[in-house]
Amino acid sequence: MLVIKNIYKTFNVGTINEKTALEDVSLTLEDGDFVTVIGGNGAGKSTLLNAIAGTWLVDSGSIAIDGIDVTKTPEFKRAKYLGRVFQDPMLGTAANMQIDENLALAARRGKFRGLRSGISQAERNFYKEHLKTLDLGLEDRLSSKVGLLSGGQRQALTLLMASLEKPKLLLLDEHTAALDPKTAAKILAKTDEIVEKDHLTTLMITHNMKDAIHHGNRLIMMDGGHIILDIKGEEKKKLTVEDLLAKFAIASGGELDNDRMILSK
Amino acid sequence: MNVLSLFNAMPGAVAQGLIWGIMAIGVYITYKVLDVADLSVDGTMCTGGAVCIVMLSNGHSMWLSLLVATIAGMIAGLVTGIFHTAMGIPAILSGILTQLGLYSINLKIMGKANIPINNQKYNLMVSLLNVRDVPFYKNTILIVALCMVILIACLYWFFGTELGCSLRATGCNENMSRAQGINTDLNKVLGLMLSNAIVAFSSALLAQYQGFADINMGRGAIVIGLAAVIIGGVVFSKIFHNFALKLLSVGIGAVIYYVVLQIVIWLGFDTDLLKLLSALVVAIFLSLPYLKKRYFTKASNVAAKGGK
Repeated sequence: MLVIKNIYKTFNVGTINEKTALEDVSLTLEDGDFVTVIGGNGAGKSTLLNAIAGTWLVDSGSIAIDGIDVTKTPEFKRAKYLGRVFQDPMLGTAANMQIDENLALAARRGKFRGLRSGISQAERNFYKEHLKTLDLGLEDRLSSKVGLLSGGQRQALTLLMASLEKPKLLLLDEHTAALDPKTAAKILAKTDEIVEKDHLTTLMITHNMKDAIHHGNRLIMMDGGHIILDIKGEEKKKLTVEDLLAKFAIASGGELDNDRMILSK
Repeated sequence: MNVLSLFNAMPGAVAQGLIWGIMAIGVYITYKVLDVADLSVDGTMCTGGAVCIVMLSNGHSMWLSLLVATIAGMIAGLVTGIFHTAMGIPAILSGILTQLGLYSINLKIMGKANIPINNQKYNLMVSLLNVRDVPFYKNTILIVALCMVILIACLYWFFGTELGCSLRATGCNENMSRAQGINTDLNKVLGLMLSNAIVAFSSALLAQYQGFADINMGRGAIVIGLAAVIIGGVVFSKIFHNFALKLLSVGIGAVIYYVVLQIVIWLGFDTDLLKLLSALVVAIFLSLPYLKKRYFTKASNVAAKGGK
């Protein structure tokens, strides 16, 4: 479904802030894979996701989604294949627009936008049904501005928008990091449900080792712009946090010294 | 100072306010919907009038002249859009560049700094002679108001379409828009074209109304446009929530601006200082949200903490 071959990305080339964010990263996702991505700050997790999403173009290497080479495709054109949820709940939705208008925008991802009506009554009913599944009471607030919703509600809505038009690949960039634990758990459960139901190929970044272990069928760990661990199948099922820490120590040749990750085990 | 002279000046102020109201609706599209401050309108506010008057003088029909004037504005918007999106120049600077370039272009269109048009000789849509004592269907106020209502209806429809919605999304959240497959660069160009087309149309009306096009007629247009947007927002934001009504409030905002201006002039205010006054008023209103946040939110937070 996703084939990444030897991609490199360096930021601020030739300046004092030069940083190699991705170095010779290759990754192949099978159809229906649910991969969790873990790693410390600056490991390259978000950079990898942004490379796939096309936020900028990679320096070298290639990216193909479902056999289509998108290495040089601009972000808005790639969006056709991708569902995305950002870390910041503010980023995934248009605050000044209504809930139903946001969903209507998402429903037209990858389609031509012409002078037909931006949203129809039939659509509104359809969205209402979908919003009910979130169990947040949003189905009664279709015409509310999204800016009035809480972070958790906005994230749930973004998740729904990302999956409304079934994407070939779902990209989740620490989408529960900014939420309180209870809401985060709810959004994760909803994520599992949506991924399961639509059999979505998913790449989920998390800083929470437990979440990385308990969700998905495959786990990759990144460090210093490399993928240093790739655990799948039976091994992934039996994985514990202790295993993961030990494996990290071996793979990276050092102790895991990222406070944020240790704290969240 | 007699009240009668003020009363006599009012129809003119309202007519002029309505014409500038159309211009302000154009500004609203970039400033509020697209979240871009487009300064090219200072140039376009002359281009439309220049094109219209030159074409009328050359014997073209009023409708064709209006149409070509509008298209000229659209092209100016396209240029600003290309500066901004394809060439990566910040929006404000792109607008300033277009505005400066348009100064020369406007001079070339007109051939000199000021060209008059005779209301008696040509069939004009609006004129300052037609604000009073004419049959109602010839009344400039009514005609411009009608233009504004039709424009608002068109814009209301457009911003409800798929393309219009994607334009609104672009102004609201670019990241999200691109993630939803929206070509944000193209949308910004389209928005700038639409806005400048409306401004040029308004300029064409203004030139007909005052009976001449002048190289300086667009100077400070952006400030008047913003003033109208702000006045409309302040006066009507509590009661007007619908998009069409918001546009209408901008139009009425411009009328209020011109009526107040007329009163200020009638009071004997030095007209040389009018632009300074406008600039200060707009500066104060633009800073209000910031000042509120900075000084009043903090105070209330402190009060809340003290309460605990």
